[in-house]
Amino acid sequence: MNVADPKEIFQQEAQDLLVQLENALLDLEHTPHDSALVDTAFRALHTIKGSGSMFGFEAVAAFTHHVETAFDKVRQGTVQLNRELIMIGLRARDHMRQLIEDPDAADIADGEAILAALSRVVAVDQPQVTVVSPPLAPVVSTVTWRVRMRFPRDVMATGTNPLLLLDELRDLGEAHVTALTDDIPLLEELDPTACHIGWEIVLSTSQPATAIEDVFLFVRDDMSLDIERVDDSASVGGLSDILASLGEVGAEAVLTALADKAEQEPVGEFPADAIPAQPEMNMPAQPEKAAIVPAKASAPATADAPHQKREGSAKASANSSVRVPAERLNELMDRVGELVIAQSRLRQIAANSNDQQVKSVAEEVERLVLELRDTTMGIRMVPIGSLFGRFRRVVHDLSQDLGKQVELTMEGEETELDKTVIEQLNDPLVHLIRNAIDHGLEDPTGRAAAGKSQMGRIDLSARHAGTEVLISIKDDGRGLSRERIRARAEERGLLAPGAVVSDSELFQILFQPGFSTAAQVTSLSGRGVGMDVVKRTIEGLRGTIDLSSVAGQGSEVTLRLPLTLAIIDGLLVRVGHGSYVLPLGAVEECVELSEEEDARSRGRSFLNIRGELVPFLRLRELFGAKTPPDRFQKIVVVSSGDLKVGLVVDQVIGDHQTVIKSLSKLHADIEMFSGATILGNGGVALILDIAHLVAFGQAKEEQLRIAQ
Amino acid sequence: MSVQDRKLAGQTDSGALEVLTLGLDGHIFALEAAHVREILDLVPVTEVPTANPFVAGLINVRGKVVPLADLRTKFGMERRPTTIDTRIIVIEIPLDGDQTTIGLLADKVYEVTEIKAAAIEETPRIGMTWRQEFIRCIGKRGDDFIVVLDIATVFSSVLRHKSEERAA
Amino acid sequence: MAKTILTVDDSASMRQMIKLTLSGAGYNVIEAGDGTQGLSTARGNAVDMVLTDLNMPGMDGVQLIRELRKLSTYTGVPIVLLTTESDAERKQQAKAAGATGWITKPFQPEQLLSVTRKVLGQ
Repeated sequence: MNVADPKEIFQQEAQDLLVQLENALLDLEHTPHDSALVDTAFRALHTIKGSGSMFGFEAVAAFTHHVETAFDKVRQGTVQLNRELIMIGLRARDHMRQLIEDPDAADIADGEAILAALSRVVAVDQPQVTVVSPPLAPVVSTVTWRVRMRFPRDVMATGTNPLLLLDELRDLGEAHVTALTDDIPLLEELDPTACHIGWEIVLSTSQPATAIEDVFLFVRDDMSLDIERVDDSASVGGLSDILASLGEVGAEAVLTALADKAEQEPVGEFPADAIPAQPEMNMPAQPEKAAIVPAKASAPATADAPHQKREGSAKASANSSVRVPAERLNELMDRVGELVIAQSRLRQIAANSNDQQVKSVAEEVERLVLELRDTTMGIRMVPIGSLFGRFRRVVHDLSQDLGKQVELTMEGEETELDKTVIEQLNDPLVHLIRNAIDHGLEDPTGRAAAGKSQMGRIDLSARHAGTEVLISIKDDGRGLSRERIRARAEERGLLAPGAVVSDSELFQILFQPGFSTAAQVTSLSGRGVGMDVVKRTIEGLRGTIDLSSVAGQGSEVTLRLPLTLAIIDGLLVRVGHGSYVLPLGAVEECVELSEEEDARSRGRSFLNIRGELVPFLRLRELFGAKTPPDRFQKIVVVSSGDLKVGLVVDQVIGDHQTVIKSLSKLHADIEMFSGATILGNGGVALILDIAHLVAFGQAKEEQLRIAQ
Repeated sequence: MSVQDRKLAGQTDSGALEVLTLGLDGHIFALEAAHVREILDLVPVTEVPTANPFVAGLINVRGKVVPLADLRTKFGMERRPTTIDTRIIVIEIPLDGDQTTIGLLADKVYEVTEIKAAAIEETPRIGMTWRQEFIRCIGKRGDDFIVVLDIATVFSSVLRHKSEERAA
Repeated sequence: MAKTILTVDDSASMRQMIKLTLSGAGYNVIEAGDGTQGLSTARGNAVDMVLTDLNMPGMDGVQLIRELRKLSTYTGVPIVLLTTESDAERKQQAKAAGATGWITKPFQPEQLLSVTRKVLGQ
């Protein structure tokens, strides 16, 4: 059986809880009186502590205990939540993460400093020293006890089975059980679900009296229990006396008792209510009991405590979900990919077959495979909100460090994206957000001078657009300085002095390795590393980056990412003797290139497609095809963003379920191709990178126009 | 990588090196057997336009898209049409931090053999027509010299070359 | 037939630990992630014992016990709480709501087994 290690599950789960904790703390900064948020923070701490100590994360549990105590006090209203406490809470959360991820690397002094700060704000209890009580002197000799007990009437309704408790007593030693039937009402008044019978047990055991009382642990507070040591000296005679006095009470006696209960008085001489709860014997004090009794006493007073009301307001998150290791998901995706490839082989065979049965099975299989593919891909999709959530902390910390006030807004958190993509987006987005705050937003004085409100804005948004997801990071800062970028680019030799470039070309220079315009190098950004890494990561995900900026009003970076990295609907085309796949989502239309149009287009940079001028690329030329061209060339018009380009191919073959395989590092630098796939006949086809080809086609057109 | 794989990498306890021998343009070369995954008959090759001529193709190896390299190009030998003896040797090597599967064209594949410690000689500096860094050592088998290639370096040099191009 | 135990806890690691321990001892364990889910799972299954956490989002342990005790099929079914020392007051609420017993966290697997045997019998 494949059972995940609970320790690992705890670590994963603790990560989620830490995210919840962090979000609650950040929200509390704005609404410190939101009791539901305090509850969430408390619950996260509570679970981390509780589970932590169970799975061997003692350090986490011990540390978290103090933080939990502090937030419990906030919850109870005895401590006011303030900014300082929130800051300490955030620091504590970071420390907890350290302790969970890599306890050995965690800085103990750091933890102590946090706790010291915490105890300054809240009077937290000193670390509790658990006193282990010394083991009791072993009782070797057998002692005889008389145990009398009566349960509350509803004991069985609350799940306790008295007979099991009697069994437990029997396990302790030799037991003689007698029913106390005096309390049984007349048959017509008898409630069959209630427990009317009490018991008296004479028990000879080598176990201490605590063991007897432990049997009744769960019902101890509500029952009457009397444990009495039968005098040792009189043990033989005493015991026989007791047995003799009880001996008459057997099954028969119970029947008699039902008939005439008054006669049973001598045995049942302990009216249940009158029996003192405390045993009269010399027993060691029991901390467990001491803890429970006062708590019980205070229960009625606190029953209407505020958290009763809060429970209702807490959002019910009953979304049931299953955690699956990512590798298993990847495996599943691989299998589906192989199935899709096998299916396309079947499709080919069916197409060449005259057997109607084969054809219909092939169609059925195709439909099922497509559904399976969509379902499987759906499993991998996660809302981007999980990623966005992390940036609140980034923004919070940065605005503190830089002394800038920043408001972060988020939109489209529910937008779903392949999990692999989301994971890889974290670092680039953090970098872009840092840049926006560090370089984009002015400091408060600068903003005041520009007539803007002190609070800078960062807008983070995500939305679907066709087969792509657009993620944008927008600030309302000073905007990009074209002059400074140009000056720096020329200084670095990235741009020829005086060269005419469009804004978008100029901005793309920002993504080149070693470029940085920050006059001051801060610890956060401006070291000239990063933007190129951002670009590479996004391109590695088959995405693109657009940058736009209005001087004085801010900048916007837009990332365009494919929905998934696994399987796409493709259009299969042939150029020369090679097969290529175009992502179907990017295809606008396919038209025939007439011979006249073909001839006319020589030496020109665009084609006239129903009155619209579209730049085009002859893929045969681009790929250096050596075979003679097909007589009727086709044009596949593809688009990326607002731009279109026509791709001239020899033949349009048709739809193709494309399982994307990435190219090795040996081919990763060829920008025209974003990957490869396996065809039904077992051959390999390259997948065209539309964004690159469109940019390339547009640039070529521009060059030709300039040359004219 | 399994324990067994790790044991195979490099020399055995007795100091012998297990290699696969292959023929290229009349020379006998060898690859460390530890890198070799399988040997295939020739399969259809997809050309990658504008790629480095050394790795200009892609093949399908059990559902994986694998680059196909032609060592002849790298070693300045003439390209020849394939024959009935042509084989593809599928190897797995670390490339810039990733385990990468690559197909290698060979005119002929001979055998997996052990080269004895005594037979392994440091690369002699004379009489070699190809770059020293691509050669792990020279082994002797009978009277024949066998050039044991440092195949990982051969491919990482392609990457290095590329990044230099990019920087320029 | 193996007895069925429903464990209700928002902590997956806790559920996993409980499941490992109890299924190792031959019990059949079903899981729920919070009170609401626990209640509907309890309704849809024949359960011999319920093991519930106290602090859960949405419907918490005390509410769950109250709801379960309202169901005729759950009168008499043992319901055991998982609590911590600091939960004393809530433990009392849970008892008043009809809890059978409790286990104080942190606990060892043997403690869980001994409580289970205690309320279910051997």
